[in-house]
Amino acid sequence: MTALLRAAKAFPTLLRVGIAEVVAYRAEFVVWILTTNMPLVMLAIWHAVAADGPVGRFDQRAFTAYYLGVLAVRLLTSNWAVWQLSMEIRDGTLAAKLLRPIHPIVALAADHLSALPMRALVISPVVAILMAVAGDRLLRHDPLLLAIFAASLAGAWLLIFFTMVLMGSLAFFVESAMGVFELWLGVHAILSGYLVPLEALPRWVRRAADVLPFRFMLGFPVETLVGLLSRREALLALAAQWGYAALFAALALRVWRSGLRRFAAFGG
Amino acid sequence: MPPETLIDVRDLSKSYRVHKRPPGLGAALKSVLRRKYELVQAVERLSFRIDPGERVGFLGPNGAGKTTTLKMLAGLLYPTAGEVRVGGFVPQTRDPRFLQLITLVMGQKQQLLWDLPPAETYAMNRAIYDVPRAQADETVRSLVELLEIGDLIHKPTRQLSLGERMKCELVAALLHRPRVLFLDEPTIGLDVSMQAKMRDFIRDYNERYGAAVLLTSHYMDDVVALCPRVVVIDHGRLIYDGDLRELARRVRPDKRLTVRLAHPVERADLERLATVVAAEPAQAVLSVPHARLQSVVRDALAALPIVDLTIEEAPLEEVMRELFGAQVRAPQA
Repeated sequence: MTALLRAAKAFPTLLRVGIAEVVAYRAEFVVWILTTNMPLVMLAIWHAVAADGPVGRFDQRAFTAYYLGVLAVRLLTSNWAVWQLSMEIRDGTLAAKLLRPIHPIVALAADHLSALPMRALVISPVVAILMAVAGDRLLRHDPLLLAIFAASLAGAWLLIFFTMVLMGSLAFFVESAMGVFELWLGVHAILSGYLVPLEALPRWVRRAADVLPFRFMLGFPVETLVGLLSRREALLALAAQWGYAALFAALALRVWRSGLRRFAAFGG
Repeated sequence: MPPETLIDVRDLSKSYRVHKRPPGLGAALKSVLRRKYELVQAVERLSFRIDPGERVGFLGPNGAGKTTTLKMLAGLLYPTAGEVRVGGFVPQTRDPRFLQLITLVMGQKQQLLWDLPPAETYAMNRAIYDVPRAQADETVRSLVELLEIGDLIHKPTRQLSLGERMKCELVAALLHRPRVLFLDEPTIGLDVSMQAKMRDFIRDYNERYGAAVLLTSHYMDDVVALCPRVVVIDHGRLIYDGDLRELARRVRPDKRLTVRLAHPVERADLERLATVVAAEPAQAVLSVPHARLQSVVRDALAALPIVDLTIEEAPLEEVMRELFGAQVRAPQA
């Protein structure tokens, strides 16, 4: 049996056990989710700014839709693989996962995907408020954009996951993989549209954001959701997003493979 | 490789590059600009073979390279030089068929999911190892029965004692019925009766499934009870590979003569017979050269008020102490 078929067969059980783990950690999980409150802070600020008149295409309701969208997309697509991976490499506990006949990255993906049902439950009030406040601004009337949005969510998850695996795998080579991640997080906050809609940034920053991967992790799905993109723009961005996801997957696997040769499994 | 050989290790070596710096702020700052590395030779040109169904003790002092070797055999570490084959596979390729063949149990580490009952880990392993449900259920049932942990596998792991966890851990490690068991200190931290149960269990599994066992343990009772053969290493090098009793005979050729006494005797009376290892009012232990055993026993029976007498090999702990002491002293000689 090929490794892929084996992984596919095991995946439903991995998801089920992962969900059981999430439920066991339910209090910690909800607290962790509630710490993702920066979009609400930014919403309050921009809401006040827009009281005197719109900022570009953004009036108060547009800001509300955008930041609630950011909150929902962020909660659905973010993951903590970098922490888990760098810790397991450093303390050697990765060893136990390397002994199983399933690729550790596949198991890691299942672990993180299994958090999605609980996350969806937690964000459902956010989505309800979003629909009530700015339902008419959303893309729900265009089936193609709706499909692109769904695909962009999957693309964002994959891109973020493999970026996390790439940075986590640096722990095979350097002691400060988490330092690299902190640096990445700072740039991501600006260039992904997490803090400020990219449209509100200076033109040169926006241009950089258009070609760098950060926007495709968050800003692009949100822009699609709140109706800021045309069909053509959304399709082009989707192609770029999946291209980046494939590139980061290839890079992550390459770094992972060469890192494994250096794995000392100390303490593991 | 002959078909009967399950584990074949040839000239296996492993060295690590380790960052070294003295303590203190100055050294810490210096190390930012210029790091010093040292090459540590953990395993050096190690060779041995193990056949299916064999139980082999893998012995050596701390830092001898035992765990490093086990990790190379399990495919976790890449050797610096040499060759390893386990069941015909090169471990480092981590072929799923190889991983299906082996298990590595490390007494201080665990694979059980911490917040879920062990039964959930078993379900996950069943899926990962693609074990048919009926076979997995049967394996869990029989292992649970052997280890007497029926009530435990539905309790969250975090609520189990160390001994209970180790037993549940073994079930998880053996669910896919591996043919090669790498056991690294499997009884560490367990009380004496639990250790004995673990040993019985490992022997039973070995006999039932014909699995090969390579065991490291600092508890020599584990080794004596389980392993007719031992591979001994020190500083990463092979010192001995063969029969455990022969090793004891070779390193400590003297026998241990323990006599229980009806009443206390003078120490000088004991010393006239042989070297005294221990002398108490009701019991004495003598170290007797093998060639003189018969005459010493005869003289002892004639001269001492003996109520009971036993003859044993020297304890393995002493054999090991002697062996590693000799190894350390050898280069200075």
